[in-house]
Amino acid sequence: MTAMTMIEAINFTLKKEMERDQRVICLGEDIGKNGGVFRATDGLQAIFGEDRVVDTPIAESAIVGTAVGMAARGLRPVAEIQFFGFIYEAMDQMASQAARLRFRSGGVLGAPMVVRAPYGGGVKTPELHSDSLEGLFLHSPGLKVVMPSSPYDAKGLLTAAIRDNDPVLFLEPMKLYRAFKQEVPEEDYLIEIGKAKVVKEGEDLTVITWGQTVPLVSKVVEQWEQEQSISIEIIDLRTVSPIDEDTIIASVQKTGRAMIVHEAVKTGGPGAEISAMINEKALFHLSAPIVRVTSFDTPYPVPSVEEDWLPNADRISQGIREVLAH
Amino acid sequence: MWIEPNELPVNKVQYLDENGKLTNGAPEVSDDELIAMYKWMVQARVFDQRALKFQRQGRIGTYAPLSGQEAAQVGSAFALERQDWIYPSYREGAALFVHGFPMKNFFLYTMGHLKGTDAEGANVFPVQIIIGAQCLHAVGGAWAGKYQGENSVSVTYIGDGGTSEGDFHEALNFAGVYKLPMVFFVQNNQWAISVPRSKQTASGTIAQKAVAHGITGIQVDGNDVLAVYTTMKQALERARSGQPVLVEAVTYRQGPHTTADDPTKYRNKSDVDEWLAKDPLKRIKAFLLDKGIWNEELEQREFALAEQKVTEAFELAANTPKSKVEDIFEIVYEKKTSQLTEQQQSVSSEGVLK
Repeated sequence: MTAMTMIEAINFTLKKEMERDQRVICLGEDIGKNGGVFRATDGLQAIFGEDRVVDTPIAESAIVGTAVGMAARGLRPVAEIQFFGFIYEAMDQMASQAARLRFRSGGVLGAPMVVRAPYGGGVKTPELHSDSLEGLFLHSPGLKVVMPSSPYDAKGLLTAAIRDNDPVLFLEPMKLYRAFKQEVPEEDYLIEIGKAKVVKEGEDLTVITWGQTVPLVSKVVEQWEQEQSISIEIIDLRTVSPIDEDTIIASVQKTGRAMIVHEAVKTGGPGAEISAMINEKALFHLSAPIVRVTSFDTPYPVPSVEEDWLPNADRISQGIREVLAH
Repeated sequence: MWIEPNELPVNKVQYLDENGKLTNGAPEVSDDELIAMYKWMVQARVFDQRALKFQRQGRIGTYAPLSGQEAAQVGSAFALERQDWIYPSYREGAALFVHGFPMKNFFLYTMGHLKGTDAEGANVFPVQIIIGAQCLHAVGGAWAGKYQGENSVSVTYIGDGGTSEGDFHEALNFAGVYKLPMVFFVQNNQWAISVPRSKQTASGTIAQKAVAHGITGIQVDGNDVLAVYTTMKQALERARSGQPVLVEAVTYRQGPHTTADDPTKYRNKSDVDEWLAKDPLKRIKAFLLDKGIWNEELEQREFALAEQKVTEAFELAANTPKSKVEDIFEIVYEKKTSQLTEQQQSVSSEGVLK
């Protein structure tokens, strides 16, 4: 066990997987000598060489498309998109190519690859750096979308993603990269993709969230439970696609109330899908309308207003009040 | 010093003129190779004509005809080694067949079967629909081949229209930077659906686009199978030693873009006639007859054999059990998600909700 930040856990995992499997190759912008703009790949080129930790030209479509080609011919590429907001440049290669290769080849080929990208707000980036676009990929059959919320989860989930035989989009919450340290085992362990984690059990309300907002929700819930006699269950989705329906439905059937918190914009976001799922499978267990606390339906705003735009502690508290009012 | 765009000398490689006469000495191609290539071209022409008919009869779906491009496709693919890979677009049937892709499966593809892109072990990537996207898969494939010591070249096929896409340029750039074993084989067939080559790019040639990416380019008469084959051999040799190459084969799409359009709306008959005179089969046939290694009897026999092969492939495809809606859920992921399982259980191919 070593205390690691999330970025250290990611770096450690990449190193371990590259040691374990010669087929694992990292490629992306500034990931070699510079070790990535957040240092996720720091020191890896010195260990594994320029053939396995590759600085690419600035071309997101080419980074993902090349990874698809590599994966189909026996490698296990881990591509980095420098900021998730840049993913639109690679949208075809993600949603039409990587996601569909297994399907388009009648199940003969596949694209065992990982696309890593830092996402999320609250760190005062220039524009188009902070978007939470996981919903676009939840809506793209053939991809898996994984979003860790802690250093421990980052290691177990990234290991699983690299070893998965389908393309995995691995979204790293920028704000949590260095937010806290956690004991992380150095030895091999995997966290199953597609399984949510019940962070804490509760009886009166289920809050479903993932990635960056998990620590925030935990803090708000802790405060509520200290001040009121209620108990709130928190589910960390861990994987946004495929969604772990069983865990969500079982929890809502128990608590009778559901709230979803995400940084993605509201309309057509993952919260809408989860809400529909609850309607289909647990409507008659509900004693209150489902509440969504999300970012607003605007482009990601300028840094001076982002704290009010993101689902912050006040807005989460307001959401809890609403859902408990019934 | 200003660099002017179209001052690069680009000399089109040609061995056979329109009448099948040698223009540039005789390349080193054996009689057996010549005849084998001509047979593949005959097969391609017959396949194309029959596929058009099948489409008109409603027995296959949309089809993108290749007539006029047989020399470009056969000459290029005939130069490949078995371990080389093709990353095709959708008009490359002839090249695919030469490289071992089963004709039956091409028919399955046009019939809308889930297994229509299965190359059954031949090194052929699924036909690409998104223009230019395959170039990047070839980059990754070439990279993997090099990394794993396969001595394999990845050849991506694209048209003149495709050279306007970002993915094409990003792929050229990557190939140049990483010195990948790759050939970009561009069939400049003059038309991208309804848009002529002159409106696609201001470049004098497509071959010269290689230069800006630091790789080698060459232009070849794409209706001259000798020129295509010998040039492709050289290109593959360079690529195998880590020098990517862009080959522009100047050819012509004699038919429509697909069975869904009418080219008389956007191009003149005189344009078509001019190119029909440069037909790729006509000129290699004249050369073979002149050489005394081909005759009309062999010609008739070959066309009949080609017809028979198409019929057999078509019948095999037509008799293959149709894809069922239940099957689609099995090939999205390695393991079905619970959502897919639930959706699969809710349907049956008889169209009756269970």
